[in-house]
Amino acid sequence: MKLELQNICKQYGDHVVLDSVSLQSNAARVLVLIGPSGGGKSTLLRLLAGLEATDRGRILVNGFLVPTREKELMAYRRTIGVVFQAFNLFPHLTALENIELPLQKVHGLSAAEARERAVDLLKRLRLEDRGMQPPSKLSGGQRQRVAIARALAIRPQVLFLDEPTSSLDPEMTGEVLEVIEELKAEGKDLVLITHEMGFARRVADEVVFLAKGRILETGPGEGIFASPQSEECRRFLEKVLKY
Amino acid sequence: MKELCWWNQVKTKLLLAEFNGNDPFRQNVLAGSGGDTRRLTEVVSQPASSLQRKKSGSYSRQGFSILSALLVLLFVSAFFFYAFQSLAYDWNWSGPWKYRQLFLNGWLNTIYIACVALVLSSVFGVGSALAGRSSFRPLRYFSRSYVEVVRSTPLLVQILVLYYGVAQGLNLGLDRFSSGILILSIFNGAYISEIVRAGIEGVSKSLWESSRDIGLTGVQTYRYVVFPLAFRQSLPPLAGQFVSLIKDSSLLSVIGIAELTLNAQQVQSFTFKPFESYLPLALGYLLLTLPISLWTRHLESKFKYET
Repeated sequence: MKLELQNICKQYGDHVVLDSVSLQSNAARVLVLIGPSGGGKSTLLRLLAGLEATDRGRILVNGFLVPTREKELMAYRRTIGVVFQAFNLFPHLTALENIELPLQKVHGLSAAEARERAVDLLKRLRLEDRGMQPPSKLSGGQRQRVAIARALAIRPQVLFLDEPTSSLDPEMTGEVLEVIEELKAEGKDLVLITHEMGFARRVADEVVFLAKGRILETGPGEGIFASPQSEECRRFLEKVLKY
Repeated sequence: MKELCWWNQVKTKLLLAEFNGNDPFRQNVLAGSGGDTRRLTEVVSQPASSLQRKKSGSYSRQGFSILSALLVLLFVSAFFFYAFQSLAYDWNWSGPWKYRQLFLNGWLNTIYIACVALVLSSVFGVGSALAGRSSFRPLRYFSRSYVEVVRSTPLLVQILVLYYGVAQGLNLGLDRFSSGILILSIFNGAYISEIVRAGIEGVSKSLWESSRDIGLTGVQTYRYVVFPLAFRQSLPPLAGQFVSLIKDSSLLSVIGIAELTLNAQQVQSFTFKPFESYLPLALGYLLLTLPISLWTRHLESKFKYET
């Protein structure tokens, strides 16, 4: 995956969330965004995923410019997958239907093709016996895996995960992280926001540290965790690794 | 006393297939005989008990609810019996029975009016709710003022003004019946609009977001996500609104539409027997509204369990 950010700015009203962020990342399969809350991680991910447009600056994903007009953004969004902290599954549909909806209505697959792909994915995520159940009957970890399956089903060029384990208890966190590791092993391109520092360290090809709307540090996972260069990053890691 | 058997027959046909008694008046009012009350309590306790069974598997609670319903029925019946006895009213059902066809026609017309108005008002209601969410400001204002004006004026006034003023003044070529249905739908549509609006606004922001994220267009988002969810939320209040609609249709009698109320009034003016005319009238409405009310209850508790 190739990511290129050139002077990205984003503000909501008077509040500047991203202040001229630039990044060049060429070879990373898994890019992990870390940093304190309110530092702009989620906003950056939303811009990368095409959920919102930048105010200024350019984003290139695999060499393609992420558009800023809503209509083109929609086309771009159809090539990527997003997984949120709160799962955001449709409560009136079963797990299978949740996965099939975008396949049928957005990507034009037939009902049979969509079913085949959805069943296949659920099997890979060890959810084959949960397909007929609505999200309300699933555990948090299972819901998040269905959400991952829904995002993967469209065969996205990049999968974006925004704190996918933050609303899960430790046991379920484990099962979701396992899935993410498997995705990495399969060679999927991932951009991940997480507060699980141990996991970030293990899985990241590249770590980006964001605070106060700026990228303060970037580099291979080992480097940042072992010897953070900036004062903010050092303090942040001290705090989160303390317990 | 002989004429009272007529009333008994009407009631038998309408509600209780197996009713048979020696002293029909007494048994009617007191609801003392088994057939009478059992049927009614079955209806009353059905949704509640099936729910309880699912919850706790307890049948004694079901027995208790039947007993309670029986008791309430007994007290209410005794109260009415006492009230009517004190009146020293000369009951005579033969007159109204002669006009039973009039009751039936009115009843069927009421059903017809309510059903057509339900469909039409749903169209108005959903249309207005969507207009209220439009990005086009005049549409939003139109929806807002429609809802507020209609909900803030009495239906009776609307019927009189719209029928004698607008429909006749503009010479729309609508007959009495269609105008009545249209006015009722306009009135009811405003309420449905608010119900639908609440349903749509009840769909959480994150689901709109994730619809957008997976690439659904605006129309697709409404079609596959928002409407199914909003409909589930709105179904209990919509069913309640349908009950109101059925009752409100009685006001159409003022512009001479031959629905149940007008026909009952006619029977009363032919026979000079008000209670024998109006009690079947009340029963006619109850027969329509009670099942819907109970169904609404059932829906409400069902959705409470799901969330």
